[in-house]
Amino acid sequence: MKHDFDVIVVGGGHAGADAAHAAARMGARTALVTLTVESIGVMSCNPAIGGLGKGHLVREIDALDGVMGRVADKAGIQFRLLNRRKGPAVQGPRAQADRKIYREEMQNELKNCANLTIVAGEAADFLMDGPRVQGVVLADGSEISAAAVVLTTGTFLRGLIHIGDVSRPGGRMGDKPSVKLAERIDQFGLPLGRLKTGTPPRLDGKTIDWSDLESQPGDDDPTLFSFLSSKVWARQIDCGITHTNAQTHEIIEKNIHRSAMYSGRIEGVGPRYCPSIEDKIVRFAEKTSHQVFLEPESLSDSVIYPNGISTSLPEEIQYDYVRSIKGLENVTILQPGYAIEYDYVDPRALDGRLALRDVPGLFLAGQINGTTGYEEAAAQGLVAGLNASAVALGREPITFSRSNSYIGVMIDDLITRGVSEPYRMFTSRAEFRLSLRADNADQRLTEFGIGIGCVGVERQQAYHAKMAALTSAKDQMESVIFTPKELATAGHAVNQDGKRRNGYELLALPQFDFDALVSLHPEWGEIDAQSREQLSKDAMYANYILRQERDVAILKRDEQQAIPSDFDYAQIEGLSNELKLKLSAARPDNIGQAGRVDGMTPAALTLLLAKVRQARRGKIA
Amino acid sequence: MMDTIFALSSAPGKAGVAVIRLSGPAAFEVCHALAGDVPARRVASVRLLRQGDEVIDQALILTFDAGHSFTGEETVELQLHGSVAIIGAVLDLLAGMEGLRQAEPGEFTRRALENERLDLAQIEGLGDLLEAETEAQRRQAMKMFSGALGQKAEGWRGRLIRAMALLEVTIDFADEEVPEDVYPEVIAILDGVMSELRIEIAGVAAAERIRTGFEVAIVGAPNVGKSTLLNGLAGRDAAITSDVAGTTRDVIEVRMDVNGLPVTFLDTAGIRETEDVVESVGIARAKERATQADLRVFLLDDPSQGPELAEAGDILLQAKADVASGDFPGVSGKTGAGIAELIAEISERLSSRVANAGVATHLRHKRALQDGCDALEQARDLMLQNVEMSEIVAEEIRRAVYALDSLVGRVDVEAILDEVFSSFCLGK
Repeated sequence: MKHDFDVIVVGGGHAGADAAHAAARMGARTALVTLTVESIGVMSCNPAIGGLGKGHLVREIDALDGVMGRVADKAGIQFRLLNRRKGPAVQGPRAQADRKIYREEMQNELKNCANLTIVAGEAADFLMDGPRVQGVVLADGSEISAAAVVLTTGTFLRGLIHIGDVSRPGGRMGDKPSVKLAERIDQFGLPLGRLKTGTPPRLDGKTIDWSDLESQPGDDDPTLFSFLSSKVWARQIDCGITHTNAQTHEIIEKNIHRSAMYSGRIEGVGPRYCPSIEDKIVRFAEKTSHQVFLEPESLSDSVIYPNGISTSLPEEIQYDYVRSIKGLENVTILQPGYAIEYDYVDPRALDGRLALRDVPGLFLAGQINGTTGYEEAAAQGLVAGLNASAVALGREPITFSRSNSYIGVMIDDLITRGVSEPYRMFTSRAEFRLSLRADNADQRLTEFGIGIGCVGVERQQAYHAKMAALTSAKDQMESVIFTPKELATAGHAVNQDGKRRNGYELLALPQFDFDALVSLHPEWGEIDAQSREQLSKDAMYANYILRQERDVAILKRDEQQAIPSDFDYAQIEGLSNELKLKLSAARPDNIGQAGRVDGMTPAALTLLLAKVRQARRGKIA
Repeated sequence: MMDTIFALSSAPGKAGVAVIRLSGPAAFEVCHALAGDVPARRVASVRLLRQGDEVIDQALILTFDAGHSFTGEETVELQLHGSVAIIGAVLDLLAGMEGLRQAEPGEFTRRALENERLDLAQIEGLGDLLEAETEAQRRQAMKMFSGALGQKAEGWRGRLIRAMALLEVTIDFADEEVPEDVYPEVIAILDGVMSELRIEIAGVAAAERIRTGFEVAIVGAPNVGKSTLLNGLAGRDAAITSDVAGTTRDVIEVRMDVNGLPVTFLDTAGIRETEDVVESVGIARAKERATQADLRVFLLDDPSQGPELAEAGDILLQAKADVASGDFPGVSGKTGAGIAELIAEISERLSSRVANAGVATHLRHKRALQDGCDALEQARDLMLQNVEMSEIVAEEIRRAVYALDSLVGRVDVEAILDEVFSSFCLGK
């Protein structure tokens, strides 16, 4: 059957943008269906990209030639590397982004992307071929067919906005929810849940008294997201910092019953790491003050995002408490804060490609899968876009592992454990955190990306040049060997254990930095600055990474043991009913994922492995 | 890349032979280190096993090439003399070798599966096999976890989660209002846990010898003749016997060799309702020990009434067979009637069970405690040097928790995040 397109992506948010771009990079004829072209790349919440774990995701998207990192670099108006004083494994690049520049640059990226067509319209229904999704029907009745569809509708599924005691349907402030699409998804019988999230009131910066407020500058030496970027584009700014006080807390306490969240109007579960100001005051009553960051949303307007006071109180109460805060005494609220509730699909209904197991041809990415955050959304978009194109082009599935990326960690968490609150990435979620670093995302993923065909020529060349320099530098370091005696003679305190060490091994010892090595062997002074820095970071954790190799090997072995998607857990004798139910819900792709299902024991896992093997042999025989 | 595993694969019987199996790439190397060479494949060869210059045992050795063994890997079987001391010494020696570790329950089977060494019939029977292993393991774990150790392990878990949460909050929420320096509290937590781990490590070594083998509890109402029976079994007055009900208030242990099996008989306090505080403590302990024992012998005035603690496979006897009569087999400690039959019955029932799991369990736990303690020490040393890299400190603690997994339970990131979010007000 000849389709209009290979891949259709529905939604132009962060998941949709990277999904469409990824599919197009793979060579798939791709259509991006969005309500309006202007809404592509909108940041509906905090105008910032990156952070801890999140910055890692952006680097990984970039290593695979995705768009988020490049666009964020162009829009960045304040760059800060978080945990600068800690080790590189837990340093996370973060940037305050100009909302307008971000949107424009993202739209430019997509408009100029080969193989990609942007279609303005509302996707109201799917085109079906039996159980298979084969395209979308727009609200105006026109039909577009494709081999695979990626749905990235964010909070649009039965979105309900709450401000105090007023509730009304809506996707994002000012947009209408996709009721028709939600009804269609109901017919698929997917497991759904309900989550909530919130946003603070937006303030007019011209009405803020900045004179006495603390300010937070960016880094002097900005750390960018993209491996291809070399400088910041936009003018750099400071953020302001202020604090709530006793009066603020009193106003909120007195009116707590009028908050949508505390009046029982909201049933969705909110994120613990992003509590509303009401939550903070109720749950941590002993704290007399909370920090509020005043973050400019754009260089070209005066909108301020007050980070730390998201709320669902009525608008007049928002005025009262915001104006009790220092510097905000005369502030104008441009848009009130609100809470939004929305449906999500239990991500255990997905496989490692983010394809729905029971609805062939349909992929889901972003908030619809129970996650939160632009970075989490974009990373999922990338995976779904790559795999939707793989389906259309008849290629092998493209999957990621916990051992090679945060992307792999996230997808594995989602599809094996599901979510109990909006899922956000943290570095503590990655058990191989010391090897999954923001600085080596390209070393981990770009080669893989070149192999599957999603990396453009410019990045290929940049990557190969960098790796050539790095490899040659490492060779140089490894070719010169010192005995402990020689090192002692040169004035370095090392164990006199008789162990000969090469330059790279010395770099792994805490007492050696690169300069110390250059004084030991002056020829190493010719190694370029970029390679020096990279080698130092690689060497720092070398011994720990070596120690984790066994864990990685076991993980890989288990990941290779695939479980058929239609495997019947109910028929395994000797498995508890509880485990049967949990496995049936999670439907792990492989034995590795099965082992991470809550409550699995080694014995149960061996039994499962045996039955899987038996089933496979039965089929061959 | 796979590591080499070992385990005691046999149950001890009258023949007195114990089999330790090694599987994996280092199996032959280990054989060479112990026996001086690697005997020809599939030929039973007698060798002296040595630790340094000291001979541990004369053993029969079988070796199998990869592809020709149960697991499909290089395999060595050591057939030892079945003494607890020899088995313990060899297992201890193996556990201390680089790249070797105790097999997890079912791990040989798992490797056989992965290497396509099991046929369909074997796979069919696997469910039962694993269940039996799990049951044996559960019983062992219960022995370990009852009482004080269980509570301690629970405490370690809570404190280690707290330590990890403190470190993670400064890593993952660095740009929020979190404590500047958490090292002092983390160091204090680790010091506390480590000192308890060290006490436990010392204790495990001492307890190992005593707990090895089977436990058989003698259970019944007060004054039904339990102590008299034990004395009759032991041939000496180990427990005080008198006619006053409630004499035995603690658990008395008598170790015996029952047809080659090491058996500890437990004489427990008589079970009845009581107002006496001391006696009720004794009764609670009696019930606990009786439940954990491998086998229970119930002395009953009326054996047709099944007692509450009885499990399948237990022995029910008519008490004081010298004065009572009935259809059930009886025993009398006083006259000695029925004792020989009872010993034969106990021996038969125990022989069919997996024994000496105790040695392995203890060794495993000792190893876990030691590895956990070592990793915590690394973490503490890094913090004392004031190393800024809390991600490495966190990695060491993660490794400790992983090692202690069998004692404290699996600690995943959600447990740490729960602690983080309940202790700190986070979120911009």
